[in-house]
Amino acid sequence: MNRIQLKLKEDKKLLSLYFTAGYPKIEDTRTILSQLQDSGVDMVEIGLPFSDPLADGPTIQASSTKALQNGMTTEKLFSQLEGVRDEIHIPLIVMGYFNPMLQYGVEKFCKRCQEIGIDGIIMPDLPLAEYENNYKAIFEKYGLLNVFLITPQTSDGRIKAIDNASDGFIYMVSSASTTGGTDGFSNETATYFERIASMNLKNEQVVGFGISDAQSFQDATQYQKGAIIGSAFIKHITAHGASSVSDFVKQIR
Amino acid sequence: MNTLEKEKNYQVDEQGYYGDFGGAFIPEMLYPNVEELRSQYIQIMEEPSFQKEFKELLKDYVGRPTPLYFAERFSKKYGAKIYLKREDLCHTGAHKVNNTIGQILMAKRLGKNRIIAETGAGQHGVATATVCALMGLECVVYMGAIDIKRQAPNVARMKMLGATVKSAESGSKTLKDATNEAIRDWINNPVDTHYIIGSVVGPHPYPDMVARFQAVISEETKKQLLEKEGQENPDYVVACVGGGSNAAGLYYHYLNQPEVGIIAVEAAGKGVDSGESAATSALGREGIIHGSKTLLMQTDDGQITEPYSISAGLDYPGVGPMHANLYRSGRGEFISVTDEDAMKAGIELSKLEGIIPAIETSHALAIFETRKFKKDDVIVINLSGRGDKDLNTYIEYFNL
Repeated sequence: MNRIQLKLKEDKKLLSLYFTAGYPKIEDTRTILSQLQDSGVDMVEIGLPFSDPLADGPTIQASSTKALQNGMTTEKLFSQLEGVRDEIHIPLIVMGYFNPMLQYGVEKFCKRCQEIGIDGIIMPDLPLAEYENNYKAIFEKYGLLNVFLITPQTSDGRIKAIDNASDGFIYMVSSASTTGGTDGFSNETATYFERIASMNLKNEQVVGFGISDAQSFQDATQYQKGAIIGSAFIKHITAHGASSVSDFVKQIR
Repeated sequence: MNTLEKEKNYQVDEQGYYGDFGGAFIPEMLYPNVEELRSQYIQIMEEPSFQKEFKELLKDYVGRPTPLYFAERFSKKYGAKIYLKREDLCHTGAHKVNNTIGQILMAKRLGKNRIIAETGAGQHGVATATVCALMGLECVVYMGAIDIKRQAPNVARMKMLGATVKSAESGSKTLKDATNEAIRDWINNPVDTHYIIGSVVGPHPYPDMVARFQAVISEETKKQLLEKEGQENPDYVVACVGGGSNAAGLYYHYLNQPEVGIIAVEAAGKGVDSGESAATSALGREGIIHGSKTLLMQTDDGQITEPYSISAGLDYPGVGPMHANLYRSGRGEFISVTDEDAMKAGIELSKLEGIIPAIETSHALAIFETRKFKKDDVIVINLSGRGDKDLNTYIEYFNL
């Protein structure tokens, strides 16, 4: 069983953190990963920076721009992660945009992920139909879970189709926004959380976008299995540096 | 011309692909919007009430049909029969308004009350602001910070028309980044907002929808050429290509008629190999930009390259998927023209025909210096826009 699937079976609410590889400094990737694990984070999304990130807000976009200026590339990330499983045991997910993966070669990319010990992939701009028609067999061959997003606007029928196509968790975007676009949740969002919980999906759901502190983490995990923090964490390491990871995690739980 | 070639279809298929190119590579946040449009656009466009309103506005508001003008002195100089399809005479000064009229009617039928758009040269921004004023809808136009500086008259026009112009400060601060910002706005406003994309780019159905609205250009050209030459088909149709909407409009009814040569002219900037260019067919590889798979200027690592052209409307690192397919299949002949040659051609047309073209269009006009034609070849060039907005660039370039 994949590390993500094992983690989802644990009887706790999961805290997942996103950070951009190669930010703030090119060699911070491994430092941040180790500190996240040591701080008790359950799962990590390693962002592969992209020049034109459509789903990201200003904070993550700026971190990607800086990481690219620092010299981050797909190959560089893989070489930084070589041997990572000697010390990191929590699930690792690579999150990025599809064009860099396509240019690297989808099969080669998946093979490298398997060799390193990556458990899953999130590519927000690789839609369900494209995945199923062209890439599903490759992801499966290398034991990678592909995580799909849903939003408050996703229809019930499509949520069910996504649930059927998934084998790990569903990434629930909390509201109609790019990353870091909201702060705290509205009543409308709470209704959405309840609605999805009541659908009895086969996959657990993990909430992302708009989670920045202990309160929003608790709200997001009242009905769902876990939550992902991205922009707020990037802001924290921008202000305090890569060595300050545990201070941030302590504020959440 | 063999039978196979005749039957080849250069139009979009049901999955939104033109050959290997197209599709809809969009984050889930955009899926409901794009799916709503995809599932309804053809049906809405075919409704008689839509067609009636669209055609009336094109006639009485835009000023269509635009003339097909035989450029006698220009033809004499280059030894061919050269016609100019005068899209510069459209209201707002370019072909862009054909599409924005269509899309604003589409937006109204979809129940949207807020419009967003991206713009490079400002022509699409002005055309969008214009139709929003006409229909009384809120309008927000994203424009790269650099383009805001070099296209000041169009920024002023948009503001006069009641639009809000938002500056895109990321990346190269040009059209690519304005498009990113507009897409982000749409993600954040999924219910009440329609995104009027200005070219044949973006996720399916945009490339097809925009091409269908612009197809009025080739539809008219066929009728007009029949009157003037006794034949519907020219030997060549020529247009400049940034994203490629004026080109798609001129090519549309000729795509599956292989006897008509299709020539696409891209901006070479300071030279294809200079590092400052926007010649996508020469420099691009298959990749994904703004939701569709197409030819794209990018690094080996898949990061999108910042393009360059003196013309803000051609300063885009990709082309629409229809054009990528025309290039790969060999159906289209792609030529790239430098800033210098385009600027000279712009001045030349002004002096020979009394028509000051947009610098975008000047690229198409510049091919005659290198591409030779037969004396009796009938060539239609899409004169996609007028040069008023580019006066400052012309003035600075030639010390006028």
